[in-house]
Amino acid sequence: MRLVADLFLLAGALFAFLAALGLIRMPDVYNRIQAGTKAATLGVIAVLIGVGFLYPHWWAKLLCIAGFVLFTSPVGSSTIARAIYLAGVRPWKNEARGEESS
Amino acid sequence: MTLNVLEQIAALLLGLALLLGFVRLLIGPTAQDRVVSADTLSVIVTSGLVGMAAWLGNIIYLDVALVYGALAFVGIVAIARAIEGGHQ
Repeated sequence: MRLVADLFLLAGALFAFLAALGLIRMPDVYNRIQAGTKAATLGVIAVLIGVGFLYPHWWAKLLCIAGFVLFTSPVGSSTIARAIYLAGVRPWKNEARGEESS
Repeated sequence: MTLNVLEQIAALLLGLALLLGFVRLLIGPTAQDRVVSADTLSVIVTSGLVGMAAWLGNIIYLDVALVYGALAFVGIVAIARAIEGGHQ
């Protein structure tokens, strides 16, 4: 049981790390929103499942936190994306690919 | 409880994630990048608090994680509405 919990914890921490790496590597603020939000949400859900395997009698509060994160993370990121779009930031285009697409 | 090797690696990865998020928070060219980085950092810190509750074996840290998530959500939405600017 502890090995399953450790694998879930490791997967969650890996997805959190990949979200932060996406924050560094992505070229645009819209790409950074989707990298950070989706990978970090999956990471926190995996960490919650792992802690639920470690302490099975904590399931009620873990379920509360999981539902809360699943509710607030898309709402927050879409609010940020709407604010950025209304502030006038245009999406990124890859100038290194040349003119053939336009 | 004492941490074994897999849990130590998981804690190290969470620490590296926080470090990279703080790098983007510091060097972000515009205010929008900093807000996005703060949003991701709040989710990562929530998972770190849940892991800390498992490490210390104390259920009170789950309440801390829940309240931290609520306050971070309210703060992120407030900052997002503030950087939106006036519409004409």
